[in-house]
Amino acid sequence: MDLHHTPTPAGQEYLPEKRALLLDYTLQLADTSLILGHRLSEWCGHGPILEQDLAMANIALDLIGETRSLYQYAAELEGQSRTEDDLAYLREAVHYKNPLLVEQPNGDFAHTILRQFLFDGYHFLLLQQLQNSPDQRLAAIAAKSFKEASYHLKWSSEWVIRLGDGTEESKARLLKAMDHLWMFSGELFLMTETEQQLAQAGIIPDSASLLPQWEAHVAKVFAEATLEVPQNVFMQKGGKIGRHSEHLGYILTELQYLQRAYPGLEW
Amino acid sequence: METIIEKSLEEVFEEKIANDIRIEPKDWMPEQYRKTLVRQISQHAHSEIVGMLPEGNWITRAPSLKRKAILLSKVQDEAGHGLYLYSAAETLGTTRDQMIADLHSGKAKYSSIFNYPTLSWADIGAIGWLVDGAAIMNQVPLIRTSYGPYARAMVRVCKEESFHQRQGFEIMMTLCNGAPAQKQMAQEAFNRWWWPTLMMFGPKDSESPNTEQSMRWKIKRFTNDELRQRFVDMMVPQAEFLGLTVPDKDLKWNETKNGYDFGDVDWEEFWNVVKGNGPCNKDRLSARVKAHEEGAWVREAALAHAQKRAQREAQA
Ligand SMILES: [Fe+2]
Ligand SMILES: [Fe+2]
Ligand SMILES: [Fe+2]
Repeated sequence: MDLHHTPTPAGQEYLPEKRALLLDYTLQLADTSLILGHRLSEWCGHGPILEQDLAMANIALDLIGETRSLYQYAAELEGQSRTEDDLAYLREAVHYKNPLLVEQPNGDFAHTILRQFLFDGYHFLLLQQLQNSPDQRLAAIAAKSFKEASYHLKWSSEWVIRLGDGTEESKARLLKAMDHLWMFSGELFLMTETEQQLAQAGIIPDSASLLPQWEAHVAKVFAEATLEVPQNVFMQKGGKIGRHSEHLGYILTELQYLQRAYPGLEW
Repeated sequence: METIIEKSLEEVFEEKIANDIRIEPKDWMPEQYRKTLVRQISQHAHSEIVGMLPEGNWITRAPSLKRKAILLSKVQDEAGHGLYLYSAAETLGTTRDQMIADLHSGKAKYSSIFNYPTLSWADIGAIGWLVDGAAIMNQVPLIRTSYGPYARAMVRVCKEESFHQRQGFEIMMTLCNGAPAQKQMAQEAFNRWWWPTLMMFGPKDSESPNTEQSMRWKIKRFTNDELRQRFVDMMVPQAEFLGLTVPDKDLKWNETKNGYDFGDVDWEEFWNVVKGNGPCNKDRLSARVKAHEEGAWVREAALAHAQKRAQREAQA
């Protein structure tokens, strides 16, 4: 018997409807950390400073580790003998549930830093709360990743400050990145129907309620970075319900290439 | 007067070498010893960094999440090796900036193996198994090299290199036990990487001008040909175990020498790749130069910010 393909059923304590919600949400988190981890891993070997090349690979590794735990849990919730890799490698872009922010291209280092900073603040606050989820598995995954996310947030906050309060050029680049990326920050706190229902049931935090703390951290870091917080920006949304940018298709084409070209093999 | 002091310093140095006592950064050392070490350690550091590129080429296409994580952490290790080695070389009075400038100008070399392309996933297995395997063979003796900081860097590096080799072998094993298409992928990668890996041990002893002095100074502990022979003897049984055919029609067991006889490396190819004519020399170097140039504004910003901060703290 191939143990690999017979996950123990998880989430039996939930009614099927709630289990489906939990599956949907777990996939959303997994897709999010996978896509951002993938993007960061594109830097490997090409970073601006060797030490930062290492730091980005480190964060990518943390995110991929988190991804694996989440997909493993999702596969168990689903109970259909799919594996973490089936979930990552055999789903279409329109079924991916990550917010638009994390699929945005790396651009220059300022883009990567700002994307990371906007995400890290959210990720940190979310995991901090999710550690207390009555769902034991999510709580355990969140507790492990929370420690890592605290380090990520520290790293990206410091870099926002360095680039904002560095040279004219670094500031100009960061502002340009802001112009591209700020509009994707709103979706992080915009709750899908799934999130609303799970939050109402007290299983996950109300992510909308995390917004004020996130804004406070952003304001504090931006003040140190001598940047202004953008106002009245029209916010993009849709990633969490499968309406992605054109970028995601290319990410998945690359990511899924071998599994698609040679279906059903072990690697 | 001066010559007398010099001579006694040199005697002290020679005595340490003879008694296997490590040379440390503050010790007197002959200029040529220093130069040889800077050349070798920086070349080694550059190899770690340039070596990130061919494997990095498959991080985004790794076939499973587990493989992706392992590969990413391996390539990240190589960056770490580069860092330790640049630091070791810096103890000899050169700077990382200078070494990087020499790499980018083509003055400094890096291991030629990284001038070959990674064409399939099996290349990632082949590199870990063969290239990291050859690196271990070259580097384990360096744990006993005469220069202290280099020897200590090698202890850390070698520990991680053996994990690299294991993961490479494991990829090859999975492919060799997999579908026919996977096995074929493995054999093709093996065919492509075998000979370039043998070239990693450097030119034949008869054509390696630096070997003799380096052996005398105990920077090097074995000659190129000795290491190449050991490598072949170690790898052939592993290839057999995997069910792969060594792409060398002259390979055969030699009872008298208790080792394998094997064909001659294509030295013309070797020297051409060294000179910059390998399939990826231009790509590798331009990728490094591009990363460096595009990173200039980041390094400037970090420096400017640190200065502003120091100024503010001084005023406070
Ligand atoms: Fe290495
Ligand atoms: Fe190495
Ligand atoms: Fe290695």
